[in-house]
Order: sequence, then C-alpha cells, then structure tokens
Amino acid sequence: MTGPALVAALDAQTLVDAVGLGAIYALMAVGIGLVFGVLRLVNFAYGQLIMAGAYTLAFTSQADWPTWMGIVMCFAVVIALSTALDRLVFRPLRTQSPAVMLVTTFAVAFLLQNVALLVDVRDDTIGEPAASVASLNQAVRVWGVEVRKVTFVAVAVAVVALSLLALILTRTRIGLQMRAAATDFATARLLGVRANTVIAVAVLLSAVIAASVSVLLTVQNPLVAPDFALKETIIVLVGVVVGGIDRLWTATLGGFSIGFATGVINGALPTDKTVFLPSVVFALVILVLLLRPAGLFAGRRTSVVERV
Amino acid sequence: MRRFDTAAQLLAPAALVVATAVVGSFTSRATEIYFLTAICSVGIVVAIYVFVGNSGVLSFGQISFVAVGAFASGVMTVPLDSKRGVLPDLYPILRDHTIGNLASLVLAAAIGAAFAFLVGVPLMRLSGLAAGIATFAVLEITHNLLREWTKIGPGATTLSLVPETTGLTQAAIGTVAVIAVAFAYQRSRFGRSLRATREDAAAAQAVGIDVHRQRLWAFTLSGALAGLAGGLYVHMLGSITADQVYLELTFVTLAMLVIGGVTSLWGAVIGALAVSGLDSFLSEAEQGVGVGFTIDLPQGARLVVLGTLMALVLVLRPSGLTGGREFGMPRLRRGGQLPTDATSEGAA
Repeated sequence: MTGPALVAALDAQTLVDAVGLGAIYALMAVGIGLVFGVLRLVNFAYGQLIMAGAYTLAFTSQADWPTWMGIVMCFAVVIALSTALDRLVFRPLRTQSPAVMLVTTFAVAFLLQNVALLVDVRDDTIGEPAASVASLNQAVRVWGVEVRKVTFVAVAVAVVALSLLALILTRTRIGLQMRAAATDFATARLLGVRANTVIAVAVLLSAVIAASVSVLLTVQNPLVAPDFALKETIIVLVGVVVGGIDRLWTATLGGFSIGFATGVINGALPTDKTVFLPSVVFALVILVLLLRPAGLFAGRRTSVVERV
Repeated sequence: MRRFDTAAQLLAPAALVVATAVVGSFTSRATEIYFLTAICSVGIVVAIYVFVGNSGVLSFGQISFVAVGAFASGVMTVPLDSKRGVLPDLYPILRDHTIGNLASLVLAAAIGAAFAFLVGVPLMRLSGLAAGIATFAVLEITHNLLREWTKIGPGATTLSLVPETTGLTQAAIGTVAVIAVAFAYQRSRFGRSLRATREDAAAAQAVGIDVHRQRLWAFTLSGALAGLAGGLYVHMLGSITADQVYLELTFVTLAMLVIGGVTSLWGAVIGALAVSGLDSFLSEAEQGVGVGFTIDLPQGARLVVLGTLMALVLVLRPSGLTGGREFGMPRLRRGGQLPTDATSEGAA
C-alpha cells in the first residue's frame, strides 16, 4: 500500500478504535507489570485469568443472571483464581530463578486453557456466547464517527484504574511498601515490609484489573473460547517487554503503544498485507531486547534483564 | 569401576530407547505408533536438553529448529511427480529436486544447525527472562513464516505425501545417535565449560571461559539435533502442519524435560519416555480403555493431566524425577536445584 493511501485509510474511525484497544492493552500491561514488580514473575497465565472471567460472564449470562451479578461473579472468580495461583504455585516458587517461574506460568497457562476446553466441550461445541454484556457493543455517533460504547467504557476504566493505582502507589503505606519491594525486595524486607502482604495486594490489584479486562474484551468478542485473550496476552507481553517491564509506567506505555499500533495496522492495511506482520513485530522485539534490554522508554540504568 | 559408571551413563539411556523399540516391534500396528512417538520425543527432548540443561538458559525456541528440520526434510522428500501438483508455489530449486531419506535427515540437521547459529549469534548474549522472551519470539517468527510463506513450504495447508521411512529401526538408530552426541558433548571440554557457566557465570568468566561462545556452540549443536529429530518426526508422521510443531509441542517437550530433570541426559530420556507413556495411556483413555474397570476421559483431559503434573513437579520437586542426576550417580546431599542463571530477587 502506498503512503497516501495508508494515510487516507487512517481515518478517525480507525484511530478511535485503536485508542480503545490501546486502553485495554494498557490495563493488561499494568496487571502484568504489578506482579512482575514484586515477584519478578512474568505471568504467561494472565490471559487465562481473563479467560476464566469471560467464561464466568458467558455462563452467568446463559443462566439468565442479571448483568451486574454476572460482572460481580466475574470479579469474584478472577480474584479467587488469582489468589489460589499465588498461594499454590507462585509462593512455593519465589526463591527460584525468573526462568523457572516463567516455565511454571507457561505450564499453568496451558493447564487452565485445557481445563476451560474440558468445561466448554460438555455441550459438544467450542465457544460459549455471553449475550448479557453485548449491549455495550452498540455504537453511537460522535461528530460523524461511529464510537462503540465499550470504547468509552474502556478508556474511562483505564483512566480511572490507572489514576487509582497511581494514588495507591504514591499516597498509601502499602503502595510505598510495594514500590520499595519492587526496587529491592531484600532490603525492603529488612526494613519491615511484609513480603506476603505486599505480594497478596499486588496479586489482588492485578486480578481486579484482569477482571475488568474480561468484561471489556467479552463485550467486543462475545463468543468465549478456551484461547480467549491468549493472543492479546502475547501481544501485551511483547509490548511490556519492549516498553520496559522494570517500571510500571514504561510497561503501561509499552502496552498502550502496541495496542494502538495493532489497531491502526489492522484497520488500515488489508489482510493480505499483514500476514508477515507477526514476524516483523517479533523481530523488533528481539532487536529491542538486544539493543535496549531495559526497554524503549526506560532511562539508562541497570535493569533486571542481563546480558552476557 | 569409574569407567564403567561413565559408560553406563551413556549405555543406560541408549539401552532404554532400544528396549522401547524392541518392545514396540512385538505390538500391534495400532499400538506401535505410541512407541514410535515415544522414541521420537526422546530425540527432541534430548536436543532441547543439550542447550537448556547444560547452559541453564531457558529457551522456548528449540521447537523452531524441530519445525525447520521437519519441513526441510519433508518438502525435499515428497516424490517429484506429485510435488508440482501439491506444492506449486515453491521456489523452482525446491520444487524440481528431491532427495533420499538419509540425505534428507542430514539436510534437516544441517539446516537446524545453520538456523540455530544465525539466531544464536545475537540471542546468546541474553539470559534469564530476556532469553525466554526472545526465544519465544523466534518460535513465533518461525511459525509465522512456515504458515504463510508458500515459496518454501506448504503454508497453512498440510504437507503430505512425505515417505514414512521412520519405523522403529530408524527412530531408534536416530535417537541413539542424538543421545550419543549429547553425551559426547557434555563430557567434552565445551560441555564442561558450559556447565561451569551454568553454575556460576562470573566464576566461569574469571577462569577464562567465553560464556557467549560456549552457549553459541551448545545452541548450534542443539539446533542440529533438534533438526534431525524433526526429520525423524516428519518421516514418522508422513504429513505435518505448521501448528503441529508450535506451542503444544513446545509445552509437551518442556514438560517432559522438567518432569525428568533438566540438568541430566538421563532425566531428559526418562522424562520423555515416562510422559510419552502416560500420554499414550491418556489418549487411549480419551477413547475409553478398560483396565479392570473402564476409564473414559473427556477430550482434552490429557493436557490437563500433563499440565498439572508439570506444575506439581516444578513446585514440589524442581529437580525432576531423576533429581537432575545421571544414571547411577549417587545422591548428593546438596544441589538438586534447577539450573539457575540468575540469583532470584524474590522473597524467600
């Protein structure tokens, strides 16, 4: 596609959709970054938490629960699952290397996805519809641009969640402790920061964000399947690493950027031009890891990512 | 006595593979495929072990080399008269030539090594988390290219008509060769140097070991063995898609390695055979199987059991079934930890 044509295709519609996508990805990036900060754990299974929430929405919708109860249930399930994972899997592994924890979350991700498959195929079809939240997917016209209601909600949720998180991190005692733990866990513990409390709070906040993302993604994609949010998680992980996983705001910015870029590219380029896009994206990831291991947006300082 | 112990560390895993082949040859055609799959899995897992086990650096990317080996070997052995029909978009040099079984396996190993070397030159500078993510990126790129680039392969369709030359004999010979190379490597100067970097990278550098170079050797050798294993694999299956050598195979083979014990060749072999055995049993059980009483597992239960097992082993016994020891090695009081290439910063 030539330059002018590409610009022409970049209409307001595409940009609005891309901002909505960027907001959701930024939320996921925060969720992944929060846990990474205190546990040094890249959670491959984050997408499966979101998937579990989406299934909850689907099943409660099929059981004719009111939408708000479905959403409450969705939060409850995601928080419970996330806490269980922390207690049963991540806590015993805290002393292991980041690589071991990465393999473990990979295993957990696969496990949860296949559990979902087992639950899903009981009715002999893959995919469960979640009709109750679909009304948010309707569009309204704003200045001649079709904006789906969920886009407003996504941006609003992202702004509110990120602001609240910033307040918690900077204005509360537990937030201070979390930041201390993320900087240097050993020293923070010597100074009286309780490891289990800090980690539990980080896991909880991360789960709340995952549940919000469940709702937002289910609205956009009401057919819930076992690989729900899998692709998104991989893309967000890439964005987080490229942005700089070591700090929350660089991770978030990385998440938003990759979401926005994905939205623009998918909206502007025809499908046959994007078949090799994953290769280009992942090649860029490798390049960033090699050239700026701390991330694109990170300043020049030592990071957890080492080089030989 | 000592020399006998050393020999046993090679002979025990090799004998296990041969024994599996021999037992397999007495079973029915339908059951034989499980034994074949088990032997091929040993080849793949040992190939991964050569890099991951010896270096302690995590790689999600070794299945890329299996994939490249499988597709190179597969595409080049499809008979000429049908090739133009089923793979019309190939580059002419690939479309108009075909090679024999043995040559295709050599090609698979060579192309696996070349690809691993190219990828390894930049990537072996990374370790820990960055290595995990970067090798994962390699897997994604390989899968994307194999799926979409119809000039080098079948693209999103199935590559079929590959001669099924991997019977029990070829599988056993190939896999024993892989084990022998892995054993020779870990006993060599290179292997020992790399294992030293795994235990303490700073100390290894201090005695003059070039960490990057040693990792690159292992990565390339691992790529060659993975390519060969991929060649054996495609000649066993007869047809293959890009999705068959992607995330699920990565997960299953990593599970095998972790369950057996990452730091020993014996662990890699035991893990691959034990998990394959369990896997075969479970996939039979998904169809319903009688062992005194009838077990009838739903579809997908197989991977749930595998995932649970892998997570359990990681949490309860991170050194795996063999404790990361070679065959016949005495139990050490200390050690038995998974290889760590970075000290953990998490809380105890």
